[in-house]
Amino acid sequence: MTPGRPEAANDARLPARDLGEAAALWREAMRAVAVFAVDPGIGLRLAARAGPVRAAALEAMRALLPQDAPCRKMPAGIAEAALLGGLDLAASLESGQPVLENGLLAGADGGVLIAAMAERMTLEAAGLVALALDRGQLSIERDGISRQMPTRIGVVALDEGMEPDEAPPESLCERLGLWISLDGADPRGEPDGGLGTETVALARRHLPSVRPDDGAIETICQAAMAFGIVSLRVPHLAIRAACASAALADRPRPSAEDVEMAIRLVLLPRAVTMPSMPETEDDARDEPEDSFQDDEQASGPDAPPPEPNPEPPCDRPEIEPPQDMTVEAAAASLPADLLATLAAMARPPLARSGAGRSGAFANRARRGRVVGTRPGDPRRDRLDLLATLRTAAPWQAIRRTERCGRTPGVAPRLLEMRLSDIRVRRHRGKVETATIFAVDASGSAALARLAEAKGAVERILAECYVRRDRVALVAFRGTRADVLLTETKSLTRAKRSLAALPAGGGTPLASGILAALDLARSSAREGRTPLIALLTDGRANIDRGGAAGRPPAMSDAKEAARAVRAGGIAALVIDLSQRPSPEARQIAAAMGATYLALPRADSRALSNAVAAAPRGGDAGRASRP
Amino acid sequence: MKIMFPFAAIVGQDQMKLALSIAAVDPSIGGVLVFGDRGTGKSTAVRALAAVLPDIETADCPYRCDPARPDEGCELCRSRAESATPQKTETLRVPVVDLPLGATEDRIAGSLDLERALSAGEKRFEPGLLAKAHRGFLYIDEINLLEDHLVDLLLDVAASGENVVEREGLSVRHPARFVLIGSGNPEEGELRPQLLDRFGLSVEVTTPQELATRIQVVKRRDAFERDPAGFLAEYEAANAEVRDSILAARRRLGHVAVPDETLEKAAQLSIRLGTDGLRGELTLMRAARALAALRGDAVVGWSHLAALAPLALSHRLRRDPLDEAGSATRVERAVGELAAA
Repeated sequence: MTPGRPEAANDARLPARDLGEAAALWREAMRAVAVFAVDPGIGLRLAARAGPVRAAALEAMRALLPQDAPCRKMPAGIAEAALLGGLDLAASLESGQPVLENGLLAGADGGVLIAAMAERMTLEAAGLVALALDRGQLSIERDGISRQMPTRIGVVALDEGMEPDEAPPESLCERLGLWISLDGADPRGEPDGGLGTETVALARRHLPSVRPDDGAIETICQAAMAFGIVSLRVPHLAIRAACASAALADRPRPSAEDVEMAIRLVLLPRAVTMPSMPETEDDARDEPEDSFQDDEQASGPDAPPPEPNPEPPCDRPEIEPPQDMTVEAAAASLPADLLATLAAMARPPLARSGAGRSGAFANRARRGRVVGTRPGDPRRDRLDLLATLRTAAPWQAIRRTERCGRTPGVAPRLLEMRLSDIRVRRHRGKVETATIFAVDASGSAALARLAEAKGAVERILAECYVRRDRVALVAFRGTRADVLLTETKSLTRAKRSLAALPAGGGTPLASGILAALDLARSSAREGRTPLIALLTDGRANIDRGGAAGRPPAMSDAKEAARAVRAGGIAALVIDLSQRPSPEARQIAAAMGATYLALPRADSRALSNAVAAAPRGGDAGRASRP
Repeated sequence: MKIMFPFAAIVGQDQMKLALSIAAVDPSIGGVLVFGDRGTGKSTAVRALAAVLPDIETADCPYRCDPARPDEGCELCRSRAESATPQKTETLRVPVVDLPLGATEDRIAGSLDLERALSAGEKRFEPGLLAKAHRGFLYIDEINLLEDHLVDLLLDVAASGENVVEREGLSVRHPARFVLIGSGNPEEGELRPQLLDRFGLSVEVTTPQELATRIQVVKRRDAFERDPAGFLAEYEAANAEVRDSILAARRRLGHVAVPDETLEKAAQLSIRLGTDGLRGELTLMRAARALAALRGDAVVGWSHLAALAPLALSHRLRRDPLDEAGSATRVERAVGELAAA
């Protein structure tokens, strides 16, 4: 989804925009903020870079919330313990009673939790916030404390993702109703247009008596379906938004205007498909739906084009059928020990630079983000002193009595520690590796061997699955490389992306290698061990800039390959050409990669697969007679 | 106590409701795994289950043991049974315990009673979530995000029915028989195949595709959130009906016959699908028996097997590398072939 990058809110671009338009965008955002302030449970995902516009929006929101409502900020790298709370060590020791330190979630009860840099939030943290949202209460089962804490919170996720694949965790996004972008919005054109604190406070009181009628519910459900939104939480959130909007206008039930607003702010930004062709079945019901759509298109300029495609619609990546030929995956006859070779090759990138380390494992174990603690040996993992003390604390009195009881006269120690108290830090990415596939989907590679390449990738994916590796998928063809799948552990997603891999066009090998290298680098930054598996025939004919020409393309490709080597990223080149080609071999040499020629797969399997190709998209089923 | 969405008001999702009901009839089935899209009511269904389960009679002990089965009880109950001490019993709701992400091992397995330790310097065991879930259900949402060592612990205890805590002179052993229910979204990472196999039944849930059904789901949700108590009252009778059917099925369970012919069919099905080990067959048999009991049938037949084969077997198939969605289809195909044979 590279083309769907959010338009950069470059200041340079701002003057070109109509000031009226910028003000309209701001007005729309303020509308969403007011709806959120009426019913914070709806949730808000605010896409904006940090800056005065976002600060103004947050300030406006705070002003609309009740005075006494807590407003807590949640940093991106928050530890589980800080979210949930736990034993307050100091207070507990002092009072001789277990004292619970409130976590952020419980602390925000009755108010709002603002997640900063939500695109960097961990899945675990998102899971906890989601649980708090779903249940309105949280059971804390930690550090020997068991308690129910109310967590009726509204969540604002500040999404600063710049790349299309940088988005807050889907488990959180799904539960946040309103999605707005401040991109291009400007409060200056609208000095005092927002809804007042009074109006919002009244609306909050009025809200319980607002009831959606069946028509509103049906329209919203229908629109959600037309937009290809799978989750049923979403239409429900849209209805709440419509009710909150009605409450703002002091209406007893949502009007068409409220419903339209809910569709615009809740459903439209998540649209996976645009209902361009009229539905065949519905006759009468088409009308309201179409009118909303028309409104939407008509109001195009002043409605925020809410981030045309701020992120790949995670639920159904790449749902549109590939327009080009989709070649069916065929069984590839890879050497059985290839995977073992792959596994052995996956080394931490730094290990290659020859720095003296005590071994790949220990090295990796200490890298990555700290995700928790566990009992362990501090000689191998890093000691978590606080957690260790916390574990030892409750035993102090007991141990002292025991020691003094056993040998009277012995002075009690200041601190009675046992080996079993020791807690070490648990790191994410302890043994995680990431395999990044860069697949040549150009015409030259495609017709002959792409099916086999897919088969090979599937084989390798299955192995990765068993090892719980992460995989990513880059395809290059035509004039550019696309990241079809960012790193994931999900086989389902990998399968879908692979099945829809289109083929045809030139061979922009350099772009493909560089895209893979980018992914590999970011993976390494997060403490994983990346491996690039490049599947190509090596016949580059498109250079980095997208221009045709074999010699410059080849030299660019080699340069890119050398960058992989320089980056210390392990790599593997699988040659897709009919018979082993010198080009692919050269690329492999430049990358410092292992070279393998893909053995020819059974030709009948291949032709069967190609014959089944028009059924497209569904590799799993079509491959069976 | 928070009011949960009534089980009987859940629209569609028949497979999921069936799997949960079967686990309620025969807890020995070994847990239910629910995987699927977001917003399909996975957690709602599990949390709603508590209200339709028949109450249990419990002994006056920390683990709420079954007074009718003292040999399976905790130490206290066993010693009482030996000395024939009469004891009080109580009737309680079946526990459905939520295991929140981020729960630490000591709270799951149980550990030192903090308050006693801090205030009196006394060593005493404080039962954990596993003890709370004894004779009930333990629910883990987003099980694929739970740390591996915790999943291992849970599966171990679920399989053995006993929780053992050994720590610095604190040595406790108590019964912990519960039905493990896990749910998750496969897009966020999958469970290790070794763990998949440990669950008795697995269900794949999808969002309903018909507009009318979707509207109904959203409407009921809205009505529930508006007035939880009123909504619950509306479905109380329907919930009671589910409860009665589970109760009746439990009574019938021991009398349902499993003819050799059916056993053979189950074996053939497993062989045809190439499932590893006997666990699949065994679960299929048990589940089919529970289904027969639910339906009031006296004999387990092919129809029961066919209905439950996808739930009992599809997660045990050897991986056809990327054929994730296809495993249920494979089971159905095998069922079809066997029926024709």
